[in-house]
Amino acid sequence: MRSLIDIQELSVREIDELMDCADDIIEKPQKYADACRGKKLATLFFEPSTRTRLSFEAAMYELGGNVLGFSEAQSSSASKGESVADTAKVVSCYADIIAMRHPKEGAPLVASMNASVPVINAGDGGHNHPTQTLADLLTIRRERGKISDFTIGFCGDLKFGRTVHSLISALSRYSGIKVVLISPDELKLPGYIKRDILEKNGIEYSENSDLAEVLPSLDILYMTRVQKERFFSEEEYLRLKDSYILTPEKLLHAKKDLAVLHPLPRVNEIAVGVDADPRACYFKQVLNGKYMRMALILKLLEVTV
Amino acid sequence: MNIDSIKNGVVLDHIKAGRGMQIYDYLNLSALDCPVAIIKNVPSKKMGKKDIIKIDADIDINFDTLGYIDPDITVNLIRDSKVEKIRLALPEEIRGILQCKNPRCITSTEQELPQIFKLADKERRIYRCLYCESAAKE
Repeated sequence: MRSLIDIQELSVREIDELMDCADDIIEKPQKYADACRGKKLATLFFEPSTRTRLSFEAAMYELGGNVLGFSEAQSSSASKGESVADTAKVVSCYADIIAMRHPKEGAPLVASMNASVPVINAGDGGHNHPTQTLADLLTIRRERGKISDFTIGFCGDLKFGRTVHSLISALSRYSGIKVVLISPDELKLPGYIKRDILEKNGIEYSENSDLAEVLPSLDILYMTRVQKERFFSEEEYLRLKDSYILTPEKLLHAKKDLAVLHPLPRVNEIAVGVDADPRACYFKQVLNGKYMRMALILKLLEVTV
Repeated sequence: MNIDSIKNGVVLDHIKAGRGMQIYDYLNLSALDCPVAIIKNVPSKKMGKKDIIKIDADIDINFDTLGYIDPDITVNLIRDSKVEKIRLALPEEIRGILQCKNPRCITSTEQELPQIFKLADKERRIYRCLYCESAAKE
């Protein structure tokens, strides 16, 4: 029995197999419509995350399975002081697989050490969010045909953005990838990620604080939200915020086959006018997330179709 | 206690000068009933100065704990006056010595969870919390 807590637990081959499975689901959804009949997914969401929860629930329903769970800690036994370990043991008696979102980092790992069914980490604090990374990888592969030989720009909050850290970590195992880091000084990628992931794996990278300047060189642009509260001063925020907004005007200078990704929710960092551009892939990314979750549920439940 | 000759016991040699007391505390040697000697600032050819701890009883030492604190310490296990030297190494995993300082870590709210740290970088001696992967701070 396997769980998924960190994207690094999956080999490149396994990720490729999951993406192959997701492609097949997209092509032949009917084939999978009853794959999980009689199986139950428990969505244990100790903090609200409507979209991730809905994605997991939609994934399970589309596989013919059922869903039970809660969407905030107040409606769980955690409010009575139950430990994550006990919750995992109890829920294992009701469900065949668990998807857990928790504000505390490491909680899904604790759950997986105590559950008798597979546990999927649906986000733990600022730590891991492996199914978002799976959605990102499938989107890249579907847009470019393969996960290699491209230049990807990460823009915005690279310091606290766990989706950025996780995707960089996953991409470090593929070849021919160049990384451009676009952020203000305050929100630069942490040094240990540059050292332990990029440099250790010999990945070429550069840092820049101007999106417009580097945009023409990118094949993929991964946008993230720049949060005002991360800045030391209002002045600094006002000075920098517009550098990290993607607009139709900026896109005029980008490659014709650029793919723009965003883990969502967005606030104002991608102008609504960009949505109609065929290079905007962030809503496709949401859909891909559901397909990858379907593929992952099948894999962890060891269901063959 | 005759600190020059132990028939059955443990001698911790090559302790960095000044760290003897820290090791005494980490190994909880104050709980022992037997004679224990801390010898500080002993002249050493290799180290200039060093500390030594002699324990006049055959006790179990947690080599992982010791290896984490100072992998250069030499442990001499003495049984019937025969000495067995043990070379320490940085342990792959340490339990119950460090406490995760990350307020977002699950161990901050569920304090019955064992504190486990894994060796992440041998060269730079970096240990990371098993749960949240925050680097350990001494």
